[in-house]
Amino acid sequence: MSFLEIKDIRKKIGSNEILKGINIELEKGGFLVLVGPSGCGKSTLLNAIAGLLPPSSGDIVIDGQVVTDLHPSKRDIAMVFQSYALYPNMTVEENIAFALEMRGVEKAQREAEVKKVAKTLQIEHLLKRRPSQLSGGQRQRVAMGRALVRQPRVFLFDEPLSNLDAKLRVEVRAEIKALHQNTHATIVYVTHDQIEAMTLATKIVVLKEGQVQQVGTPAEIYNRPANLFVADFMGSPAMNMLKGKVSGGGIALFGNDGIKVAMPPSVTANLPDGKEVILGLRPEAITDSGLVDPKVVSVAQIEADVTMVEPTGSDTFVTGRIDGASFTARTRADLHVAPGQKFAFSFNLDKAVVFDPQTTQRID
Amino acid sequence: MSAGNETVSAGQANAARYFIYAALIVLAVVYLLPLYVMLSTSLKSLDEIRGGDMLALPKAPSISAWVKAWGEACIGVSCVGIKGYFWNSIKMVIPAVLISTLLGALNGYVLTKWRFPGHKIIFGMMLFACFIPFQAVLIPMARLLGLMGLSNSTTGLVMVHVIYGLGFTTLFFRNYYEAFPDELVKAAMIDGAGFFRIFWRILLPTSGPIIVVTIIYQFTNIWNDFLFGVSFAGGEASPMTVALNNLVSSSTGVKEYNVDMAAAIFAALPTLFVYVVAGRYFVRGLMAGAVKG
Repeated sequence: MSFLEIKDIRKKIGSNEILKGINIELEKGGFLVLVGPSGCGKSTLLNAIAGLLPPSSGDIVIDGQVVTDLHPSKRDIAMVFQSYALYPNMTVEENIAFALEMRGVEKAQREAEVKKVAKTLQIEHLLKRRPSQLSGGQRQRVAMGRALVRQPRVFLFDEPLSNLDAKLRVEVRAEIKALHQNTHATIVYVTHDQIEAMTLATKIVVLKEGQVQQVGTPAEIYNRPANLFVADFMGSPAMNMLKGKVSGGGIALFGNDGIKVAMPPSVTANLPDGKEVILGLRPEAITDSGLVDPKVVSVAQIEADVTMVEPTGSDTFVTGRIDGASFTARTRADLHVAPGQKFAFSFNLDKAVVFDPQTTQRID
Repeated sequence: MSAGNETVSAGQANAARYFIYAALIVLAVVYLLPLYVMLSTSLKSLDEIRGGDMLALPKAPSISAWVKAWGEACIGVSCVGIKGYFWNSIKMVIPAVLISTLLGALNGYVLTKWRFPGHKIIFGMMLFACFIPFQAVLIPMARLLGLMGLSNSTTGLVMVHVIYGLGFTTLFFRNYYEAFPDELVKAAMIDGAGFFRIFWRILLPTSGPIIVVTIIYQFTNIWNDFLFGVSFAGGEASPMTVALNNLVSSSTGVKEYNVDMAAAIFAALPTLFVYVVAGRYFVRGLMAGAVKG
């Protein structure tokens, strides 16, 4: 049975429907990431779970208990805010102990609990300081400590890393992941960063304009995006979207006199000739021939003009162009290729997905 | 930029600086002159005052005028000095300032963090209270105090000042708390703190600057008030300002300018004290409310 259930949550603010019937389930110990562009309703949904913003209709169920009408403090949840929301007038120790104090926990026990959490997060030396004397990363840790000390049923994270610089973000991200692995806590995490979503989640929910676009494991979301929006949103650089037409059981790409490739194995439906489709290929599925997975079944060699070469150190992204259509390929770093040259790219069709341009949905 | 491009030379910059300082010093002297005249006159004997020269230093400084103003001068017909009235003012100003500041803080807290339908109208009406002239409320207020049995009492005066000050204190605190992050209140709610706990434990401890501003503002206004004092608290219950007026305008006997001046300084001391102690927070607090992120 699922531990956290979100049942048909709707939220209207004025005449504006922010959430249009959200249904999500999460098992105990799961790490759910709500991801989407700004304005998609992910923070509104998190606030609804927290009880800070009552939904217009629908129910939130935690561990079999309907909590929709419960006050935030009665839901047994803890939240880490984007701005950390540390109480500026209290020391780190008092910040972490505040929730326990509000719940009438005895002073000696409070101190023991705070010490334990501080040790886990390695902030013991900061306990007597005030939030204004801490760096961004330290504040982030204190904010997590404040949530951890309660041992709540569900942890809520509202874009906790967006105020940190790039290097620290990667560090703290790893710490959150380790924390989840060690404590087996149930977590709901909101972010607009698709890399955070991929690295942390056991289950990703992609939201757009108040509607769930896709629910799945990171691998499912990445490899088999449900529609063009998810395909474009998840992954960096974005998935290549190549326009084509069904032709004799395969797909003709790059215009009328274009190149014909085999129908990707992911498509089992019988598509009529002449139907317009969009072929989605991740950059790493278009490489130089040396990088092609030897186990690959369906591969197409296509020659294209090289228009741009972007080395990242570990790999090199090469932009190719055929007949006005561009695509990005991920090649070996030591590949010798320069703009203006022609180059033979290997298209790994085993990894390709096909979309219907009318409905924007994936075709299976 | 090279040195040759500079349009103001070092010499010109210095001249400008000297001019600014000279102007500031002149203005400071002009502003301090009345205080100087009050102080020196209060230390002179009556003969010396009659001799002329208002700006001269006292020849034989004496605090006898101060002693007389405090304990012996005649206010109307009773010659007991101003000390009783000074304490009247203290008894009025301290509760009035504390109560109006605390209520203003609560109002500001509710109007920003516990918004209810119509909060804007309520706040607008409270602002309106700031702009009603004192004179307009005299008669209704007198009637109200009469009905409550509080006429001619310090308690009644405290109530009037609290009511009249609420508009301003609410405005101060509302604007300050407007910039206070909502996430802190949300975090405290999740942590299990209720309405008053959030106020006492989270908001009030971080409101230092605006509390100082409000206290200075309220203290000055209430201490210096004459109209409410003379209207609602006569005779023995008069505040300092009313007593000072009665002392100065008593027409029996010789006009004792030195005693008048000493009494006026007594009347000004508490506000001076508050400004000197808390003045630097005043500017800081006004700024804190003005520029919010």
